Amino acid sequence: MSDLARSQNQETFVLNLGPQHPATHGVLRVKLTMDGEYIVEAEPVLGYIHRMHEKMGENRTWAQFMPNTARLDYLGALSYNHGYVKVVEQAMGIEVPERAEYIRVITVELNRIASHLLWFGAFVLDLGGFTPLLYAFDDREHILDLLESVTGARLTFCYFRFGGLYNDIDDDFVTGSRAFIKRLRKRMPDYHNLVTKNIILITRLKDIGILPGEMCRKYGATGPVLRGSGVDYDVRKNEPYSVYPELDFDVPVYSECDSMARYMVRMDEMEQSMRIIEQALDKLPAGPIMPEKVPKILKPEPGDYYSAVEAPRGTFGIRVVSDGTNKAYRLKLRSPTFSNLSLFGEASQGMLLADALALMGSLDLVIPEIDR
Amino acid sequence: MGEYFKELFGGTKSLVVGLGITIKHMVKPVVTLQYPHESLKMSARFRGHIELLGDEETGASKCVVCGMCQRACPSGCIALAGEKPEGAKKKVLTSYVLDFTKCSLCGQCVESCKFGAITFSKEYNLAGPRKEAYIFDLKKRLEERSG
Repeated sequence: MSDLARSQNQETFVLNLGPQHPATHGVLRVKLTMDGEYIVEAEPVLGYIHRMHEKMGENRTWAQFMPNTARLDYLGALSYNHGYVKVVEQAMGIEVPERAEYIRVITVELNRIASHLLWFGAFVLDLGGFTPLLYAFDDREHILDLLESVTGARLTFCYFRFGGLYNDIDDDFVTGSRAFIKRLRKRMPDYHNLVTKNIILITRLKDIGILPGEMCRKYGATGPVLRGSGVDYDVRKNEPYSVYPELDFDVPVYSECDSMARYMVRMDEMEQSMRIIEQALDKLPAGPIMPEKVPKILKPEPGDYYSAVEAPRGTFGIRVVSDGTNKAYRLKLRSPTFSNLSLFGEASQGMLLADALALMGSLDLVIPEIDR
Repeated sequence: MGEYFKELFGGTKSLVVGLGITIKHMVKPVVTLQYPHESLKMSARFRGHIELLGDEETGASKCVVCGMCQRACPSGCIALAGEKPEGAKKKVLTSYVLDFTKCSLCGQCVESCKFGAITFSKEYNLAGPRKEAYIFDLKKRLEERSG
């Protein structure tokens, strides 16, 4: 903390950041106690978009809860969808055909790139650069078109089913995905030249917003935030699921702990996702996309089930307790951004307001997923 | 002093590189669509609001009033009724109302229908001044379409 912020004699004032502020990307409110330009205390206030998703899970049949998963994190909807079908498949003991698993990985990774592209644009926008947002949206549009052609929706996909998928992919999707990857590979150098190597961005991010690995552990931060703090943890590697073990990819880890490290993790992750998609497309087996027999009415054995996936923002965990009926007895969602935001209060102490906003942008917050 | 010139040089370089990329993109073809003067054609699988499908010969709805779509819907936006005319084997649909204000376009109704009686429309240009504009009487819409 700076000397100015520490001195007790200085007069402080309270500044409300949000709930309607472009930098909070939704309806997050942060109560800031300020000493001039410095933050003395920051308190995130949640609940503005609470929709009782967990309670809804207890009042709907297993299948009826499916559309809700896309409304948690509307930018990485498929990962959340995947988490939910995975836990129910685990509870029911349903085997997923290999082709379906590969298609799941391809679409989830496309979704991850789309999510990171939007974050990239919005983050640079927070820092005052408008142009990269438009380029990122241009690329993201191609992914959304691809995903729309197979899922029927552009954001709230709801594409996976217990045991498999809603639709099979066609040749157009395969060639479209390959063409997109080729296109994005050509665009990445532009992004790096325009943004990553830009001196203004470097000065605003380097050595600013330090989140030590220990702090991340304390608050349960995951995903690119954790990997930007030098901790090599990715659910896809540490607790492999789906067909990830059969694909060769690296987990980018940066140990600088600053905003720049988190930025670099996400930029590198896009490259890795492209690698995953290419391999999965090469290996894509023929076959059914749904198992032969899936019970019409799902009644999992009574028990406690947990499953986690690596969403674009971190570990998305879902725990369901079944009492043997066609509805969940309890459904608990562990969303990554909630934990990632929690450390903001401690991390932003003594920071300049403008730097704290850069830190907040580097956390990649999606508010509906925090409040659920 | 050396540091100052280094920064000055670095800043100028960033600026020139950035402007170069912007100019490169400026002369590229336009990627945006001039909506509302032009609009997109939705893909074949696009999930719009639902629409009843008519029998190809008679034009009457294929619905047999089993109520599966109503039960599958997570938000309870489908209300349908039917009756069994004397001497007929199957139930006949008398009304099918979709409350689009509650619909989340998940498509579970279409998936649950075993008779292929409902499908997704490709409509996405929906705007209206009143809530009532989104209570769709699908049976009436089907009759209007089949003339």
